[in-house]
Amino acid sequence: MTTRATRLKRLIGAVTVAATVATVAACGSGDSGDAAADGTVTLEFAQWWGAELPAGDFDKIINDFTAQNPNIKIKLLSAPYASTKQQLVTAAASKTLPDVVGLDGAWVNDFAKQGAIADMSKLMTDANYDSSQLASQIQLDGKTYMIPVVNFVYPLFVNKDLLTKAGVADVPATRSEFLDAAKKISATGDNAKGWALPLDTAVPNGIQNDVMSWLWASGGSMLTDGKPNLTSPQVKSTVEFVKSLNDAGVIAPGSLTMKEQDKVEKFTNGQVGMMIDSLAHINLIKKNKPDLNFEVAALPAEDGYTGKRGIPYASWGIGISNSTKHKAEAFKFVSYLMSQETNAKLSTIANGFPGNKNAEPDFSNSDPLFKSAFDIYKQGYPANEFVGLPKAEDLMRSFDEQLQLVLTGKQSVDDALSKSQESWTSVIG
Amino acid sequence: MTSAHVEPVTAPQGAPPAERATPGRARANPARRLIPYAYLSPTIVLVVVLMIVPIVMVVGYSFRDNVIVQENPVFVGFANYAKVLTDLDFLAALKNTAVFISVSTVAHLVLGLAFAMMLNTQLLSGVTKAIFRIVYILPWLFTIAVIAVIWRLLLDPAGVVNYVLQTLGLVQEGVNWLGDPGTALWAVTFANIWSGYPFFMISLLAALQGISADLYEAAAVDGAGPLRRFLNVTLPQLRPVIVSMAVLDLIWTSQQFALIWMMTGGGPLNTTEMLSTYTYKQAFSEYEFASASAAAVIVLLLTMVLAFFYVRQQQRER
Repeated sequence: MTTRATRLKRLIGAVTVAATVATVAACGSGDSGDAAADGTVTLEFAQWWGAELPAGDFDKIINDFTAQNPNIKIKLLSAPYASTKQQLVTAAASKTLPDVVGLDGAWVNDFAKQGAIADMSKLMTDANYDSSQLASQIQLDGKTYMIPVVNFVYPLFVNKDLLTKAGVADVPATRSEFLDAAKKISATGDNAKGWALPLDTAVPNGIQNDVMSWLWASGGSMLTDGKPNLTSPQVKSTVEFVKSLNDAGVIAPGSLTMKEQDKVEKFTNGQVGMMIDSLAHINLIKKNKPDLNFEVAALPAEDGYTGKRGIPYASWGIGISNSTKHKAEAFKFVSYLMSQETNAKLSTIANGFPGNKNAEPDFSNSDPLFKSAFDIYKQGYPANEFVGLPKAEDLMRSFDEQLQLVLTGKQSVDDALSKSQESWTSVIG
Repeated sequence: MTSAHVEPVTAPQGAPPAERATPGRARANPARRLIPYAYLSPTIVLVVVLMIVPIVMVVGYSFRDNVIVQENPVFVGFANYAKVLTDLDFLAALKNTAVFISVSTVAHLVLGLAFAMMLNTQLLSGVTKAIFRIVYILPWLFTIAVIAVIWRLLLDPAGVVNYVLQTLGLVQEGVNWLGDPGTALWAVTFANIWSGYPFFMISLLAALQGISADLYEAAAVDGAGPLRRFLNVTLPQLRPVIVSMAVLDLIWTSQQFALIWMMTGGGPLNTTEMLSTYTYKQAFSEYEFASASAAAVIVLLLTMVLAFFYVRQQQRER
């Protein structure tokens, strides 16, 4: 009896140790890119796109690829944008990025410098890929690290009913007209304000989409030869314009901690007459308030400006992990997504504009506003100077903090721009 | 001289012979001595992999420069600590965190105790107490994300709180609770108090129900009124629970990240920046993992001071 109990104890002990060792070993293994015994390669693809597309649509596009390439399987790792970013930052730091990754232009510089994402120029050459069909490539030192797959532009959204109620006949095309329209909308009562400015510092992309967009719309630039030039007259004029809107009391209250979703919600509820926002939100606004009478327009430019207008954009970019063992297969998948047919299909379901020059999105079943936006896009040029900059989010945040000081009357525009210039120079100078 | 006859103690018939763990046998079979460790090994491995290794790595990172983003970081001694401790943003975050956790903990305690006493009173019927018990515990059932969204909506300049205040004539126009640097810290602290008091309430209610009625009867016989009974019977009886809960709450609240991040992101003008949000920004926005590690180690040390008091309190109770 005793002997049996002792044996049992030993057996349990041995099993426990074996199970522990196996568990620990399992934690350290799991190379996503390993080929199976039959030669099938499984590629992990981390992105936030699947979470933003109608359920099942992205899977169909992936299934078409795997049907054409039976030796390659795609494992989608879909999560919301913020979670994806956090996971990729951690994975890039530990050199464990999934084989193929969805990228935002703001992350590229840091990931490339860490050696986490691969030089795609070389992969394009190896695959004899014709890169002239790509609308744009995000490069660092002449090497491509990201290819924008779908672009989302940020035009001006205007609530036509509020504009009419305020007695403004035309959608503002210049800054003076915008200020005037915003004042008139704010004067209509009903707690409506002319404009929404989200300056939340947790995700400070309001600086890119809602502040610098005014600069780009007038052909301005915040950089000179790749170095910050925030004390230029054009940037100063932009910040002074935003300050004039604030001083006139036409900005919706709460802007210092307002998030992008708050801005969209206020526009949808008729609390704000105008906003600069992604086209991707058209469907959301229509779904939440089907009777909202609004249209999209080009961003107002400085009075007297007649040149082409830059229109801010954000991209669903794609890159390849530098540590994957299957770069050729990964690039095959990338080139599939960038092909004329697939890219057009993906742009259509995403309500974005294609990264392949030859792809034509199908607007036949879309809201007519997308067609209007595509025309605005073609008349101007895509502008986003934060793409490819190092620590882009941090640059936005430091500018955001200085702008908040200006808007709360704690600092002059000149001081804010000088401090921002100093701060940016320490990062990209 | 008498002598006692002592019967030798023998094992009953049929009982298994007792195992004697003599040193000689243990030496003869050293594997047996490892058996207890084998049982403990899953826990030991988890503690080492999930706690010891990450802590050691973070401490190591805090003494090097440009960790993670560069392949060959160099040893820089205490330079990262000096940088963090002289950073005005860090010092502001330290001050905000001190205000946030101390006000939250005191309010959790006061509200939790008040509601617990209400639920323990004989003055209300069982049904009334059951209804209030459900109402009071509701905030505890929401996740932090939901709490952040609810309070962002309620505290919006055009939200319900301002509507009520305006209707009552207490304010003339909507207050910008989260966007005004003067009110933002108090607004997030209020949301944190709202979300955290039920845990105090439940714990103190359990402790109140454990206080013997004899003590109250004896105090009443001695002529003690309600206030005297509260001060001289209730509070001394609750003291061990209150001290333990307060220390634990200080530790938990100091680690609050999600609520702040989702409500204000540390703004406006850094007025709600906490040590947790400061560390996050250093790591995931500025990619300064070395500074972030130094900040995290400082937070760890501050938390360990609180943990020390908690452990000492627990030992004293035993």
